[in-house]
Amino acid sequence: MNFRLAKVLVFSLIIVFMSGQAALADVVDDIKARGKLIVGVKADYKPYGFRDTSGKIVGIEPELAQDVADMLGVKLELIPVVASNRMEFLKQGKIDLMIATMTDRPDRARMVFILQPNYYSSGTNVLATKKAGLKDWNDLRGKPVCGIQGSFYNKKTGQEFGAEIVAFKGTAESLTALEQGRCIGFVYDDSFIIARLQDPKWADYEMPLPTIDDAPWGLAVKHGEYRFYGMMSEMIMKWHRDGRIVELEKKYGITPTPFAVKMNQKYSDKK
Amino acid sequence: MEAFFDWFRWLYQETGINLTFIYDSYDRTRLLQGFWTTILLAFTCLFLSVIIGIVGAWLQGSRLKWTRRIVQGYIQFFRNTPPLVQLYFFYFALGGLMPKVQNDWGGYEPLLGNFAWAVISLSFFAGSFNVEIFRSGIEAVPTSTIEAAESLGYTRLKAYIHIVLPLAFRVCLPALNNNLVNLVKTTTLAFAIAVPEMLYVSSQIWSDNVNVREMMTFLLVAYIALVGILVGAMNRWERAMKIPGYGSQ
Repeated sequence: MNFRLAKVLVFSLIIVFMSGQAALADVVDDIKARGKLIVGVKADYKPYGFRDTSGKIVGIEPELAQDVADMLGVKLELIPVVASNRMEFLKQGKIDLMIATMTDRPDRARMVFILQPNYYSSGTNVLATKKAGLKDWNDLRGKPVCGIQGSFYNKKTGQEFGAEIVAFKGTAESLTALEQGRCIGFVYDDSFIIARLQDPKWADYEMPLPTIDDAPWGLAVKHGEYRFYGMMSEMIMKWHRDGRIVELEKKYGITPTPFAVKMNQKYSDKK
Repeated sequence: MEAFFDWFRWLYQETGINLTFIYDSYDRTRLLQGFWTTILLAFTCLFLSVIIGIVGAWLQGSRLKWTRRIVQGYIQFFRNTPPLVQLYFFYFALGGLMPKVQNDWGGYEPLLGNFAWAVISLSFFAGSFNVEIFRSGIEAVPTSTIEAAESLGYTRLKAYIHIVLPLAFRVCLPALNNNLVNLVKTTTLAFAIAVPEMLYVSSQIWSDNVNVREMMTFLLVAYIALVGILVGAMNRWERAMKIPGYGSQ
């Protein structure tokens, strides 16, 4: 009796498992069946992803998303995400692909598939007045530099380059202090500074130093989506090979970042 | 000394209690500077706020209607607004309008820096309470005593300095004590305008090393010690000024 029960159980398990396998359609099939690719992008991070005057989400990342949709031959739907919900959206299947300024970190790679190679990268830099004429990180020695309370690069800027960090709670206070001339520069993420420099209000400012602590950004797909992963990796390599990232940077008024230029050289040489 | 530091490194490895501000020379220096900034800020504000209180209470008893109104206006403004809002207002709104001076890197910065604004804001904030505290003391001095002074030919100022204030002081010391203790604790707010005092430095240290619990404990102990010293000194002063037979025993 017990033996029969066990046999039934084992068989039913095998059946469930097999049907599960069969029903597990891959996300690429889903996208094609649906005729639409859903991508999570930032909508508040100019120029990577932002809303134009008509409310449409535009920017570098939405353009990359369009490239993917074109490759798959489907329509594109953009969903605005923020740092706190972007991985959750991907895990729940609310979005098929995430292109949302996400830094590639090992703890994140455990939750979603972060695509290799990385498509972009950002690090620490300084927003300073052109008048200050900064050339090198060591020019900051003994000068007050605005920062954000609790940022990890405050210590480095203070300890290695001898700057006097004047740290405030948020970016608004730091930028105000910088405008009022209370510090020589504002040390923060270079992508944030690039976004600020787009604004004519900051025309007298520049990002003069070489970026340090560069950390790569990764596109992400749901865990287990091997086929989509492979397709997207190809896509990213193609972007690098064709200089698509550099081209988009220029289109959105950014000086090409060293990372994008380097990747372009690396992949185009290989061919 | 190195062995002492090594013991704290060992403590971290063995127990996870990470007191970086003892064994890490960078953290140690900045925390020590933070400690001195707090002491300097607290003492400057204590001193100025008591002066403001004494002068304000005297002006409050002025015969001129407008002097009294201005003092009243000052008290209402500073007592009825949160000190954090005042700091932001002074540093960012008012501070930005100050005349600019050239600094050593060739830029132009507003005349008063964050430490100066913190001193101004906190002194006036505590000062507005001190005015009212001193008034309570002054009103406790019997009118007959003031009349006696006047009949001896004292002017209003002389009577205030030599007769009224010494008596009033003794009455209002406990209340003054409370307010000054509060002032020492309020100096932590200066970290909103990046004055590198103890809380500011501690928060940077715990962001760098993720030792929030240790730094919080340190902060509490440090403030208990600081306020304890202040309260001890005030109590001694209170006892030293006691006049036998004056006030409740």
